[in-house]
Amino acid sequence: MRSHLLSASDLSREDAIAVLDTAAELARVTDRAVKKLPTLRGRTVVNLFFEDSTRTRISFEAAAKRLSADVITFSAKGSSVSKGESLKDTALTLEAMGADAVIVRHGASGAPHRLAHSGWIDGVVINAGDGTHEHPTQALLDAYTLRHHLAGGEGALDGRRVVIVGDVLHSRVARSNVLLLRTLGAHVTVVAPPTLLPVGVETWPCAVSYDLDAALAGADAVMMLRVQAERMNAAYFPSTNEYSRRYGLDVRRADLLADGGIVMHPGPMNRGMEISAEVADGPRSVIVEQVTNGVHVRMAVLYRLLGAADLTEEASA
Amino acid sequence: MTLTLRNVRPYGEDAVDITVSDGRITDLAPAGSASGSADQVIDGRGLVVLPGFVDLHTHLREPGREDAETIASGTAAAALGGFTAVHAMANTTPVADTAGVVEQVWRRGVEAGYCDVHPVGAVTVGLKGEHLAELGAMADSAARVRVFSDDGVCVSDPVLMRRALEYVKAFDGVIAQHAQDPRLTEGAQMNESALSGVLGLRGWPPVAEEAIIARDLLLAQHVGSRVHICHLSTRGSVAIVRWAKERGVDVTAEVTPHHLILTEELARTYDPRYKVNPPLRTADDVEAVREGLADGTIDAVATDHAPHSREDKDCEWAAGAFGMLGLETAFPVVMETMVTPGRLGWRDVADRMSVRPARIGRLDNQGRPIAVGEPAHLVVVDPDAVWDVDPARSPSRSANTPFLGRQMSGAVVHTLLRGRPTVIEGALT
Repeated sequence: MRSHLLSASDLSREDAIAVLDTAAELARVTDRAVKKLPTLRGRTVVNLFFEDSTRTRISFEAAAKRLSADVITFSAKGSSVSKGESLKDTALTLEAMGADAVIVRHGASGAPHRLAHSGWIDGVVINAGDGTHEHPTQALLDAYTLRHHLAGGEGALDGRRVVIVGDVLHSRVARSNVLLLRTLGAHVTVVAPPTLLPVGVETWPCAVSYDLDAALAGADAVMMLRVQAERMNAAYFPSTNEYSRRYGLDVRRADLLADGGIVMHPGPMNRGMEISAEVADGPRSVIVEQVTNGVHVRMAVLYRLLGAADLTEEASA
Repeated sequence: MTLTLRNVRPYGEDAVDITVSDGRITDLAPAGSASGSADQVIDGRGLVVLPGFVDLHTHLREPGREDAETIASGTAAAALGGFTAVHAMANTTPVADTAGVVEQVWRRGVEAGYCDVHPVGAVTVGLKGEHLAELGAMADSAARVRVFSDDGVCVSDPVLMRRALEYVKAFDGVIAQHAQDPRLTEGAQMNESALSGVLGLRGWPPVAEEAIIARDLLLAQHVGSRVHICHLSTRGSVAIVRWAKERGVDVTAEVTPHHLILTEELARTYDPRYKVNPPLRTADDVEAVREGLADGTIDAVATDHAPHSREDKDCEWAAGAFGMLGLETAFPVVMETMVTPGRLGWRDVADRMSVRPARIGRLDNQGRPIAVGEPAHLVVVDPDAVWDVDPARSPSRSANTPFLGRQMSGAVVHTLLRGRPTVIEGALT
């Protein structure tokens, strides 16, 4: 594994499987009596959030704390773009505090890449979502969830069929998932109205369709993406009703999935828009589980990037 | 005072000694035959001499952003780049949209003395695209403005563009259009392509440039005006301009050095040093603008020298300012992309970097032949010199060169403005 996690493409197949295996091991350990491991004692992990994201921030905080790291959370919303403190100055501050890892969420695509490669800081940089670029730990937790339900919780996802539906154009979750799931051998189809697909999507390692029913037939999993309210005023589609009819997931569509097929959503959901309440709360839904898995996967990422000792030794110590 | 430039080869041809006096060339004699009685003698070492370069597109930032560049610092960089005239773009603070501002810019250029500064007047008041600025007053001022542009912003309203094209005919002016459909490029960060999709940076589609160019060429044809296209950057733009020229439309076009050599791949670094408007395009577009420059579809190389302060570039991509330095690296880029591969000869370089830009700007005493009686604006270049780009050695107040740390081949050695050296042996006098 590289020294930073900026993109899902930073992960080789072996790296990705190793992270998922570590996450599974950590889940077993922390589900037993020991909630907290001493692994990162004395290490400082900074959560640097330039955008609001309660769930991702809390997930990383919980992960770092369960590994006994000192956690500092910076909510620097609306920083340099709105002429507050610049990304660089924030980075220099963190460097002065001796951050071992910086988990960054930023509205600008590439901001974590800048932090990692500008020479401003020495610590490990973990991308917790940058603009419309990537969100690699979300992809890892999605892969973990898929593996649990579709592959017996081990190995890769070879041959599994995953459909990703919605605003692919603006979705960092979609980008990271397409890359990672392909690395793990899954067949991915992205489905969206043509206006919400990026130019060049045909070069991505996935299939592309405008027809949700056809794509869902016999698939092993469907991942619904949030449709942001502001897209509705920008002529990406005529109305929320039309979007919902053509690209929303209701019970009829969910039943097109293969037996045992699962329904996922990175949250927060627009119930009644991209997903109906019956499906979101229904038997195929693993949406709440995704959140739980997020903590274990993020523990695994911190664990591996901060170069902790071998897990089995530590768990038995 | 008299000066002899010994042993130089005009347009790379036979070596001569050039003697200048009172700002004009007074003698051209075979190398080694000049009398040596001049007040100053400069050894040309058999290097190539060309008419001084003329830049149609320079941002000098004064007035308003003197932290990034001044008329003095920018024209010093221009002289080092071999330029004897630059056109100072209008997007200053205040905007160069009145006779008062353009006269001030012009006068500051004269005071600095490194090269002629010809202010470009804004087309619309405050670059707002609502009302025509007082174009006639700027034309009649001491600055004698002939090029008008809202550069940085497109004159997107077709009626306003039509009126501007028509109005400047009265004083032989030209509208230099920054071709960018504003709606198609809202929030745009880089060329729209498969790469922008992967990087998650909002795309600036080629059609946003090409559609405006096509519209303006048809407008210019309809009203019988001339029009100049700033920094065209796509294969489609070259094809449209070529088509219009074949139909007799009075159009001229420029390309920047960076669009002749750099591609969108640099956006992968997310380093705003490579963020520019129009954006760096694909390798295929780079090839197309080279073809266009070679066959004359593109008339001029224009730098779009755009200094920005460190804090405007030392940040995340989205927060970074658009633009890059260009004056000191223009000639080496033309050398590498056009001369060395045999696509332009020395007379062609003179044509694209001096003669045609001077004609577009209606500058009577720039871009002239190297001949007795002509103004002594000259640049001596060494095609074989190799040097490293180092912003610390530049007089520019900014450091946002896209060629940082890169080795360039081809260097400006001497520059003469009206027979007076502004640069000798690569250093300001």
